[in-house]
Amino acid sequence: MPLSARIGDHKRKSLRQKLAELNWFIVLVIVAIASLGFAMLYSVAGGSIDPWAKNQLIRFLIGLAIMIVIAVIDIRVWMFLAYPFYALALGMLAVVDIMGEMGKGSQRWLDLGFMNLQPSELMKIALVMALARYYHCLSDEDTLKLKSLIKPIILIALPVVLVLRQPDLGTTLLIMMGGIALLFAAGVRMWLFVASFIALIPAVIGAWQFLKPYQKQRVLTFLDPEKDPLGAGYHIIQSKIALGSGGVYGKGFIQGTQSQLNFLPEKHTDFIFTVIAEELGLMGGLSLLSLYFILLAYAMIVSVSVKSQFGRLMILGMVITFFLYMFINIAMVMGLVPVVGVPLPLVSYGGSAMLTLLVGFGFILSAAIHKETSIPRGGAFA
Amino acid sequence: MQPSDKNKLKMFTRRATILSGGMMLLSSALIGRMYYLQVTSRSQYELLAEQNRISMRLLAPKRGEILDRYGRAIATSTTDYRVNVIPEETEGLQETLKTLGEYVPISASDNERIVKAAAKQRSFLPISVANNLDWKTFSNVNVNMPDLPGIQPDVGTSRFYPERELAAHLIGYVGSVSEQELNGDPLLELPEFKIGKNGIEKVLDEKLRGSAGNTKVEVNVLGRVIRELSRQDSISGDDVRLTIDLDIQKFAANRVRDESAAIIVMDVHSGELLGMASTPSFDPNDFNGGISQKKWDSLRGDIRKPLINKAVSGQYSPWSTFKMIVALAALEEGIITAEDTKFCNSRYRIGNRIAHCWNKNGHGHINVIQALSQSCDVYFYDLALEVGIEKIHDMAARFGLGERFNIGIMSEARGINPNNEWKMGNQGVRWQGGDTANVGIGQGFVSTTPLQLAVMGARLVNGGMAVKPKIFFNDEEHETVHENMGISPENLRIVLQGMEDVYNHPRGTAFPYRSRNKDYKLGGKTGTTQVTRISTAERQEGVRKNEEKEWIERDHALFVGYGPVEAPKYSVAVLVEHGGGGSSVASPIARDMLEFLLDRDKEKEIEIPGQEV
Repeated sequence: MPLSARIGDHKRKSLRQKLAELNWFIVLVIVAIASLGFAMLYSVAGGSIDPWAKNQLIRFLIGLAIMIVIAVIDIRVWMFLAYPFYALALGMLAVVDIMGEMGKGSQRWLDLGFMNLQPSELMKIALVMALARYYHCLSDEDTLKLKSLIKPIILIALPVVLVLRQPDLGTTLLIMMGGIALLFAAGVRMWLFVASFIALIPAVIGAWQFLKPYQKQRVLTFLDPEKDPLGAGYHIIQSKIALGSGGVYGKGFIQGTQSQLNFLPEKHTDFIFTVIAEELGLMGGLSLLSLYFILLAYAMIVSVSVKSQFGRLMILGMVITFFLYMFINIAMVMGLVPVVGVPLPLVSYGGSAMLTLLVGFGFILSAAIHKETSIPRGGAFA
Repeated sequence: MQPSDKNKLKMFTRRATILSGGMMLLSSALIGRMYYLQVTSRSQYELLAEQNRISMRLLAPKRGEILDRYGRAIATSTTDYRVNVIPEETEGLQETLKTLGEYVPISASDNERIVKAAAKQRSFLPISVANNLDWKTFSNVNVNMPDLPGIQPDVGTSRFYPERELAAHLIGYVGSVSEQELNGDPLLELPEFKIGKNGIEKVLDEKLRGSAGNTKVEVNVLGRVIRELSRQDSISGDDVRLTIDLDIQKFAANRVRDESAAIIVMDVHSGELLGMASTPSFDPNDFNGGISQKKWDSLRGDIRKPLINKAVSGQYSPWSTFKMIVALAALEEGIITAEDTKFCNSRYRIGNRIAHCWNKNGHGHINVIQALSQSCDVYFYDLALEVGIEKIHDMAARFGLGERFNIGIMSEARGINPNNEWKMGNQGVRWQGGDTANVGIGQGFVSTTPLQLAVMGARLVNGGMAVKPKIFFNDEEHETVHENMGISPENLRIVLQGMEDVYNHPRGTAFPYRSRNKDYKLGGKTGTTQVTRISTAERQEGVRKNEEKEWIERDHALFVGYGPVEAPKYSVAVLVEHGGGGSSVASPIARDMLEFLLDRDKEKEIEIPGQEV
């Protein structure tokens, strides 16, 4: 008996069909967001494709191809690979950790020759897939049981500890929040979240002790940036000045004084939203937010029509991850949350985050193409 | 669909809706924040962004010049050719400096200073390599610019005193702004800015300074200038024109160059000071870039006090030059006439002490004219006691003694014109007859400055006009008619006869130093200021000659001269500290000075602007 028959797939699609069903509008939105990124990287380089815009374009094209390949591959394959993928990401995190121990200092990436890969970025996806698979295979009754929480908590805790040791507070929080949101969507009892939240308060106080001085400084500076206007608060003050002075329509492309004259820190990476807001104004910022909204709204709508719990949870996990990137980054440059070093999705210069997000969207698109595919609780190839 | 999956979907949908709601809530917070920053607070942040990017740079104004009465520069601003290096534009600082060394001498210490500065400051800021280059060197550098990447030829201005020490005391000098002098004016904080530190440079600093211009430039976060946005040029300082005639100044300063001396030359009608020399002097150019400690110490340590303007700050007992005042007071009071005589046997009893005349043989029977020309001390001891201190004091005051004229230069001293009130106020003791006798020959409490003596001389010879000394040239004030002091012309004529005889009568104290072979005559009065008291023992053994004494113990030589006698034009006061006798040392100097002035007027027919000769 062929595999497709065994798993009850009587409408197996050809590659051509799958490509036709791929939501090209969403791909276009992704290209639009990334293009805004290229334009801004071109601008912050003073009107030059070097050193950032060209590199970013190449990475994006590679990432886009990977995304489409992921999208057309059967979602059951991804479910099958969820745990191995998680194990791989965890292993790479451990390697980074051990290399740090061996005296190379704080290092967050692996040199793969053609690019530096941050395992913590991969882990965001891997964790979502592993948790989605875990809850896919759980019965309703078991989902509600407390002891079913043990495995997912371990799945979340392992990468959290490793990433925190790097130390990368921003990514740690992203991984943790993504995981918790997934448990929430999977149906873990509401009171557990309320109770955890209350328990979190002493935990936060405890965690404060373990933060590095520069991390504490970031939090303190966030609470009162004007206290240290030339030191740690400088970045956020300059960022707010850039945003505010941009006004409704902005100062014009390559005309941002704060960014072009280098008053703005990290303008090509974490603070690129500020450049958009300064040069293209409130209109530019809102346009970008609208594009993000289209992407996330599409994914959420698709998620409820996906037949498999794995697909639904995976979409939601990716959406939450994507949203957290976006929210934390923008809130950070506007002085709403502390500066934690989270890039703006698909726009900030950098390979790992770009790849993570495109791979993530690949999975969302795959789930959309294969939304009719139902997968038995026992597993994809059980 | 299995029932279990249906439940799962139901649960998922509910929870996903809650999460979506949460995400939308958070997104609205972002939009709200964006609106707040970019719309509500926009103007505030716009201002901050402008402050970030726009930097105001001051443009230093050109300092006004100080000119003599004919517009010749005494203090000027010269073009200063400099060479700077911008480290980041070089292809290796050391190599560039080495190449530059072929055209401009760069000492090892300069080299070290440049390397140090390059390590400390941002690499796009220029570092000074050499200043005050001559045109040839400077143009050489310019021609070879292609081989000198990062080298920046620069043209600035610096203060220059072409006459060097000639009028240093009067003009003063400029120097870098000290911490105490900062008053919030940003101009003073410019690194190369100089302000007046002494003399006219200091007194008229604000007038000479001008006002700063500025340029608005766009800078990046490192302070590098990106472009100029607007520019307002600076306004040069005003020039200051003095009444000083550089030729006269030059002659005066050179005539007493080797002495510790002062010469004042004054126009007796206008009061304009034509020359004011004080020696020894210093070169104000040395102060421009900060004087070296060694030079400063040697100036400070010199007992001849080169830093003091003796012409206005030095206070000396006038001795015999004061006798005209006593004589005039007596004549005006009707106590004596031109014919009345007194007898001098060289000794005069004042209370229980014996005072001596300088002439130990005595002058015999002499009238007031002879007493002046021969400078008899006994005559004036007696006359002063007859007139009384208050009359003498009043007459001295009318002639400007004890008065600060506030001509507008630094450290003008007042001197002392004493009387009973002054002594009560200063010493708490009543005025004594002996004090009056001392003042009668210009010693004791009375003290004067060379400037005051020149003014006294001018007022005596100009017909008793209360002329005031002036140093700043002003065409309108030139013709000012001065107040007549109301002194009898006949009495003035008597005193002037005495002064004429000082040079021209065979018994006059300055007869050997008279003007010869001239078609004009000079007049004046000698004064010899004893610096040390002559003891009784010394007097019996024979008074030491000045040449036998230490320099510091020698007498000051004074002379108040004028000329020509026929129609007085110039008043000259000469002081030579520890020079010896007023007749032997000061009177020839005054003669030479007056001859220079009068010969020059005759030969060159130079007309003093605005004055009928």
